[in-house]
Amino acid sequence: MTFEVVKPGLLTTIQDLGRPGYFHLGIPEGGAMDRAAMRIANMLVGNPEDAAGLEAVFMGPELKFNDDALVAIGGAEMPVLVDGQERDCWSSFTVKAGQTLKFGYLKTGARIYIAIAGGIDTPPALGSRSTYPIGALGGFEGRALAAGDTVPVGQATSAAKERALDRTLLAELPKPVELRVLPGLYWHRLTEGSQKQFFDDEWKVAPEADRMGYRFRGGNPMEFVEREQPFGAGSDPSNIVDGCYSYGSIQIPGGSEPIVLHRDAVSGGGYFTIGAIISADMDLIGQLQPNTPVRFKQVDMQAALSARKERTARLDKIRSALS
Amino acid sequence: MKTRYSYGGDEHIFVEMDEEMSLDAFFKSLAMSNAARDADIEGVREICPANASFQVRYDPEVIAPEDMMAKLKELEEKAINAEKRLETRIIEVPVFYQDPWTHDCVMRFRERHQDPTGTDLDYAARINGYDSVEAFIEAHHSAPWFVSMVGFVSGLPFLYQLVEREKQIEVPKYLKPRTDTPKQTVGYGGCFSCIYSVRGAGGYQMFGITPMTIFDADEEVSYLKDFMVFFRPGDIVKFKPIDRDEYDRIVKEVEEGTYEPRSASVIFDLEDFNGDIEATNAKLMEALNDV
Repeated sequence: MTFEVVKPGLLTTIQDLGRPGYFHLGIPEGGAMDRAAMRIANMLVGNPEDAAGLEAVFMGPELKFNDDALVAIGGAEMPVLVDGQERDCWSSFTVKAGQTLKFGYLKTGARIYIAIAGGIDTPPALGSRSTYPIGALGGFEGRALAAGDTVPVGQATSAAKERALDRTLLAELPKPVELRVLPGLYWHRLTEGSQKQFFDDEWKVAPEADRMGYRFRGGNPMEFVEREQPFGAGSDPSNIVDGCYSYGSIQIPGGSEPIVLHRDAVSGGGYFTIGAIISADMDLIGQLQPNTPVRFKQVDMQAALSARKERTARLDKIRSALS
Repeated sequence: MKTRYSYGGDEHIFVEMDEEMSLDAFFKSLAMSNAARDADIEGVREICPANASFQVRYDPEVIAPEDMMAKLKELEEKAINAEKRLETRIIEVPVFYQDPWTHDCVMRFRERHQDPTGTDLDYAARINGYDSVEAFIEAHHSAPWFVSMVGFVSGLPFLYQLVEREKQIEVPKYLKPRTDTPKQTVGYGGCFSCIYSVRGAGGYQMFGITPMTIFDADEEVSYLKDFMVFFRPGDIVKFKPIDRDEYDRIVKEVEEGTYEPRSASVIFDLEDFNGDIEATNAKLMEALNDV
């Protein structure tokens, strides 16, 4: 079966859970920014959790289905319309051949995930269908969807049936938003005052936030521990000899605007990083709209591992509720 | 050299051989990342070697972070005694210096630069003590380079010049990274040259452009049919200055599938190099010129 892209929205890409294994060549893992939402949307239509679906940011696409399909929407809150009739997010519903799926204005969050029973069936690249536009890799011809594209969908499984998620099982967006940070990497380059200030300041998501990195603004500029710059690093105190970047690591070029490296991150570079957002909070970042006030919160490894466990337990609960 | 270990969140361990760049640090990082790969530690998801550091991504549900840290520290001893000798290849990479496309980009992002009144080349030549841009360009292409890291974006090589420390060129990165860089730009930041494999963001100074495709997701380019990424750590590169006509000719040959980069197999031995840089480079060039 297939569907047609009538309007692509702002930036709608095909994503699954990513292509690990090529970061050492500069090809990022990629995949859905909000992995949990992509997994749950897939569960709702009876797909394997790593099936490919669509990720749309801020604005939904308009899609015309050429065949009957079972569809589910997860992630951000956005009115879902099938030929003008409202459907629920976090539930699966049938779209008949010839019907059009479209979306209203974004209410909360930033990214919606559209799963279709059978999963999107474009050719995988390096083991994944995720779109990495910079490398023209994966997705639909290596790019975001455009009007007029006809997208293939695979065979639905026998588990494809209408169902709804009990929303109390979902993690709530914390208010105010707090992102937990494990300091490390080049943390020692900041003065003690700056280390403290970084956590005391209120930051705002900058408009440039994207799949490569989320940029933050509004805090105080960093102060560096004085040193003679090491050979090969470059003269700015924020420069280092180019090294690897961890997913979730926070680089601060020039010491002014922190950038959290996300799913389509560059694999390395010459700006210092002060530590990393814990893995359990990475999904949440993908749901932050520009201008959202954010605080960074210092945690230790123990807290990072407990948060991972909590996240796994929550997904397990959802999995058993939907199976 | 002082090795520093750090956690990068709960999924990564970052190991820095040395704060500063040197071939010794590179070889130690390569040896350690190879040893980590050979050790086949359960829970390791990926090993990323870099210029003077490397990173391991692991699953903390399979192996506890402190256990992974301890295992990597054990490997350090082994790496110190590893042979610093590589069987590799030397490749000639044509470069059109001062080309119109990077020049246009240089001008577009002037407000993010240390010296908004000049060009990246003017600035780099001046702060490195060269009398002219021409003399600076000659220094850039006259001695070979060593690929000390592949990454940033798809298949981008970082290159370290095979000359004495006092002859190394050093420039800062842009004050604020650019949002655009032409594909195949030859850039410079810190002590590294790079070739931007794809169009996109970048913080390096821009010197020129190569007509040679080095990343092809479709694997259609004649010399990228086996794998989409051209460079590997340890490759040796000799830049060859070309003019507009030669640039256009090579672009056409790449498109038509007739271009083959000039390259030869060589052995690079770090001790030989440290013992006599000129003789080692002359031997490398001989291998390339014999092709």
